Amino acid sequence: MTTAAPVRRRPGGMTHEDVIAGVGAAGLAVVVTAVAFLLTPLAGSFGFVLTAYVLFLALLTIDSRRRLGGVIATDRVASVLVGTCGAVALAALGLILWYVIDRGVPGLHRGFFTKTLDSVGPLDPATDGGAGHAIVGTLEQVGLAALISTPLGILTAVYLSELRGRIAPIIRFFVDSMSGIPSIVAGLFIYTLWVVQLHKGFSGLAAAMALAVLMLPTVARAAEEMLALVPGGLRESALALGSPHWRSVTRIVLPTARSGLATAAILGVARVAGETAPLLMTAFGNDSLNADPTKGAQSSLSLFAYQRIRNALPSEIERGWAAALVLILVVLALFTLARLVAATRKAR
Amino acid sequence: MDLPVTLDHGDLVDPPDAAPVVPTLEARRVGAWFGDHQILEDIDLAMAPNTVTAIIGPSGCGKSTFLRVLNRMHELVPGASLAGEVLLDGTDVYGRGIRPSSTRLHIGMVFQKPNPFPTMSIRENVLSGLKLAGIRRPDHDGLVEQCLTRAGLWNEVKDRLGRPGGALSGGQQQRLCIARSLAVEPRVLLMDEPCSALDPSSTRRIEETIRELGTEVTIVIVTHNMHQAARISDVTAFFLGDQDRPGTIVECGPTTELFSTPNDPRTEDYIQGRFG
Ligand SMILES: Nc1ncnc2c1ncn2[C@@H]1O[C@H](COP(=O)(O)OP(=O)(O)OP(=O)(O)O)[C@@H](O)[C@H]1O
Ligand SMILES: [Mg+2]
Repeated sequence: MTTAAPVRRRPGGMTHEDVIAGVGAAGLAVVVTAVAFLLTPLAGSFGFVLTAYVLFLALLTIDSRRRLGGVIATDRVASVLVGTCGAVALAALGLILWYVIDRGVPGLHRGFFTKTLDSVGPLDPATDGGAGHAIVGTLEQVGLAALISTPLGILTAVYLSELRGRIAPIIRFFVDSMSGIPSIVAGLFIYTLWVVQLHKGFSGLAAAMALAVLMLPTVARAAEEMLALVPGGLRESALALGSPHWRSVTRIVLPTARSGLATAAILGVARVAGETAPLLMTAFGNDSLNADPTKGAQSSLSLFAYQRIRNALPSEIERGWAAALVLILVVLALFTLARLVAATRKAR
Repeated sequence: MDLPVTLDHGDLVDPPDAAPVVPTLEARRVGAWFGDHQILEDIDLAMAPNTVTAIIGPSGCGKSTFLRVLNRMHELVPGASLAGEVLLDGTDVYGRGIRPSSTRLHIGMVFQKPNPFPTMSIRENVLSGLKLAGIRRPDHDGLVEQCLTRAGLWNEVKDRLGRPGGALSGGQQQRLCIARSLAVEPRVLLMDEPCSALDPSSTRRIEETIRELGTEVTIVIVTHNMHQAARISDVTAFFLGDQDRPGTIVECGPTTELFSTPNDPRTEDYIQGRFG
């Protein structure tokens, strides 16, 4: 009486047959290309990959056209092309990361995070000494820079997007121009003004100020975008309840955009965490620990890496790569922290 | 820190058509512009204490603009301007030295789209007006219960006051927004198509709420639903206008009369659904 239930399926989904056909097409393409490269004067690995890839696409098109029809075939081939573009971009990123890890891990040891270069001689192995002083410097400089530029950047964004004053277009123009400042110019600016003119000398604070100059436009523009995402209806509701303008901004708009503003701050940190040029003229660099950011030369991970890698000694170069790896880890940790802060505050 | 808020205006209850009543809210020769485009011209409308006034008219004739002129939201749009006077208890809200925020505190507004504050819980949403307007009040718990009850939402949310306001259905969100407006004890409540996004049962719930509130607060409601206007309002004003002619009031009178024996043929056509 009852016929079998209709077969359950996902339109556009992959079946076993599709997987086998895909793998088959790839294998066939590689084999055919290999044979062609052996029998003809064609050579070179890039050419090989490209030829095999084009052949694979052609085989895939022919097969899916025959089995599944034109619509699905087009969809398949387009998916493969887009997927390849993504994979190439990711591969570039992965290669850089892998290279830094590969070169950096040998120089890492427990003391690297705590020791300094104080009593390290040129003949000591890379496992002597460490970059503890540089880690302290990076954290202090980037942290101070974030403390300076995040409030300023958010205030700028509030002016641009909430107050929309008459000079807002001019401010926006200046902020945009600021984001084009070469980082070494920011360093020179603080150097002439703070280090030389005001006789303050090199310090972590000077470095933080140079970094803040670079961070400010990034934070301000990103925060402006985030505030623009807050629905206008919320602002109007707040005002319609009898709220003064400033309270609708502080109680409704800013809290609603909270996680977006944290993202803006992260983007700012990402912009400056690896900067080296402005630090050369402001923090200067130091082989021993100087935990006081307000005076005296200070090291930082990027300065440390730059100054080690310029050296001829293999042990020094190894330390430089280790510092580069640690810098990446520190930035990763900062990102994770900022994300967590934004998430927990929101969930409360 | 702002103006004191009073609850006791219940002694003003009079039948809406008794002659010498001082209107709670009165628009006198109101005009409105966006840039050089005139939207409203010469609107005269008086809203007696504790009545429900319905505003009907075709889309784009300036009903929302009129509401926004009444509580000074119109001026928030860049390039917007207006003419005439709006009297709240006899005082021009556009008069010198009157703060827009205190006008908006006394003339609350419920929007077409429900928009509870997403960072706040249900309870905090109800109390948000007090915080935003800087009003201090004892007994927040009692106030929350009272406002949610008057908005017809208390029974549905009394066990989850700490949950985010966005986690309610559309109809519940709209009633939460009404509760939020009531917490600051406005003299007048403006409602711009509050039911247009809601299902029939939420609509019925809100209509009941409006009828109950109508005995304590002066309500002005814009609606496209003729039956709704007939069901809940004491007075109806019919607006007409379009892209080329600024909106004016064609006819205004007690709802029963306007719907049964309209004076103007255009009113009759509109009510019968023959245009607009
Ligand atoms: N922010 C604005 N800037 C410029 N013109 C506007 C603006 N808001 C509304 N208008 C114009 O003002 C006129 C009246 O708009 P309004 O929103 O008051 O109409 P409405 O009667 O409420 O219509 P609906 O029933 O569709 O809500 C329309 O012609 C509209 O195009
Ligand atoms: Mg409208």
